[in-house]
Amino acid sequence: MKDRSPALLMAPALAWLTAFMVVPCLLILALAFFRRGIYGGIEYTFTLENLGLVFDPLYAGIFLKSAWIAGLAALIAVVLGYAAAFAIAAAPARRQPALLFFAVLPFWSNYLVRTYAWIVLLNREGLLTGIARWFGYDGELPKLLYTEPAVVVGLVYNYLPFVILACYAPLSRLNVEIGEASRDLGASGWTTFRRVTVPMTFHGIATGFVFVFVLSIGNFVTPALLGGGQFQMIGNLVYAQFLTANDWPFGAALSMVLIAIMMGLLTLQTFASEKASGSGRHD
Amino acid sequence: MGMKPFSTTGLSALALLASVGVAGAEGLVVSNWDGYMAGDAIDTFNAETGNEAELVLHATNEEIMGKLIASKGKGYDVVFVSSPFAEVLNNLGLAETLDHSKLPNIANLYPEANQLSHDPGNTFSIPYAWGTTGLCYRSDLLAEEPDSWMDLLQPAEGVSGKTTMLATDRWLLGAGFLAKGYSVNEVDPEKVAEVRDLLIDAKGTLLAYDDTTFYSKLVSGEAELVHAWDGWCNYGIAENADIKYVIPEEGSDLWVDTMVILKGSENKDAAYDFVNFILDAKNHGWAAENILYKVPNKPAMEGLSAEMIETFPNMAMTPAEMLEFEQLRDVGEGQRLYARTVSEIKAN
Repeated sequence: MKDRSPALLMAPALAWLTAFMVVPCLLILALAFFRRGIYGGIEYTFTLENLGLVFDPLYAGIFLKSAWIAGLAALIAVVLGYAAAFAIAAAPARRQPALLFFAVLPFWSNYLVRTYAWIVLLNREGLLTGIARWFGYDGELPKLLYTEPAVVVGLVYNYLPFVILACYAPLSRLNVEIGEASRDLGASGWTTFRRVTVPMTFHGIATGFVFVFVLSIGNFVTPALLGGGQFQMIGNLVYAQFLTANDWPFGAALSMVLIAIMMGLLTLQTFASEKASGSGRHD
Repeated sequence: MGMKPFSTTGLSALALLASVGVAGAEGLVVSNWDGYMAGDAIDTFNAETGNEAELVLHATNEEIMGKLIASKGKGYDVVFVSSPFAEVLNNLGLAETLDHSKLPNIANLYPEANQLSHDPGNTFSIPYAWGTTGLCYRSDLLAEEPDSWMDLLQPAEGVSGKTTMLATDRWLLGAGFLAKGYSVNEVDPEKVAEVRDLLIDAKGTLLAYDDTTFYSKLVSGEAELVHAWDGWCNYGIAENADIKYVIPEEGSDLWVDTMVILKGSENKDAAYDFVNFILDAKNHGWAAENILYKVPNKPAMEGLSAEMIETFPNMAMTPAEMLEFEQLRDVGEGQRLYARTVSEIKAN
């Protein structure tokens, strides 16, 4: 008889997710097909208008802008995170846990507090200006806070630990003898890195990238705080539909498209890692 | 208006997440912004009247409206909302038609507080606090005292990059409507488009949009001129006497936060008692003394100290002066145009 214990063990978690996440999400998404009542609220007449509106140039433009910012944040986070993970994996084994601990440490504080810390640092009367003044500079620094780069920096900072962890796992498991073999066969250090190390740890890179991208594209706190509300990301737009415009159907339609993008990317990423771990099997 | 004074997080979403608890069925349920009445108000009311009233919090008008519309007004007895939202509750048939004989303390209200355009005669809402929206600035840093909305929308050379504007739809657009001499409730698409273009240009000169911390930006000197509600400008004035408030020559809106009893309330007598309790000069005066908002309660305002009026000159504004300004009204379908327009401004 087949062993049923895995199914039994998974049942509570699945039931929890279904009841408290899948069902409420579906209920919200269903709103996308109804009309907004004149005073907010929902009028239960079927319509595709809300989904159509998502592709209006104004809102599609906000999607593209969000994707650009999220993509940029993910790219920078992967470069920085991979380098950090590489360094940690190359450190003596007994030091690695401590290094990982420090990499993840900021994660234990509240997201909002971490983001406010950047405001303290970057604002016109902030720490950086204070330091510049201390060194005798009395002109004005360029505007650092409430800009697009400030938002990207905030996103990279907040999600970097994800990338470090995602890349550290495959890097630490990498068999050093493979690198030695590559060099014995005449490959330079760079070629070994490019042709052996990166492909064998690609699923870590892909996981890190997709995580940062997915978390960033729906983010609304960082653009609101570090962007000074001066440009909207899709998360802010959804937030506004639910909390200020009281247009839940349109908010639901936007969320539906956003969730579809996220799920598409996560599926691709899973597919890519499976393929990578399949072809990169080395033991 | 539409705000919780002394915001703890500045992000209503978090407050929303924290306040998803649904009101219980027993006893009176009052929903208000955090810190918008005395912390012990509910306990005092319960002790005085033998009720078991309970306070729940909402972070924004839209949040409590969402809950009320979804539950058809069930589960709440008294809610504090801004006047356009009180109008909506009335239009939806959720607001109780008030029996003034059950509110003896209504005699404390200024006669002008009975002439508010959203509800003349206070038939479904009782004003709780009122005020204006204008410019709050550092008089020691600006070369010239601002006196026009254009000083904010097209700031002078040295002021550019040191201004903030309110980001909430109605007030952001309101600054543009007032600058152009239009009604703050204008829904004509051409006029709204004109204001949109004006505000897109203004955006390029802003430090940030800010609804919650603009007065601290003035205190730190990060900003020199901000779009502000009078009560909130007072928080800046309290920390720096060089901060001043002015209503631009083109005028202001008159914002009014109100108390509404819900028609579906199962504790109507207690609900009336609660509203009457708040209208008591001492309880109503708490808001003026502690959160520096004007209240439409005559004995409460007369009880303010001369020192306080001197420190916060906008507290001395008379009801007649305030009534000259147009109130924000519910604009129905126009809200969609407003929401889209604000998205266009922010996406540019």
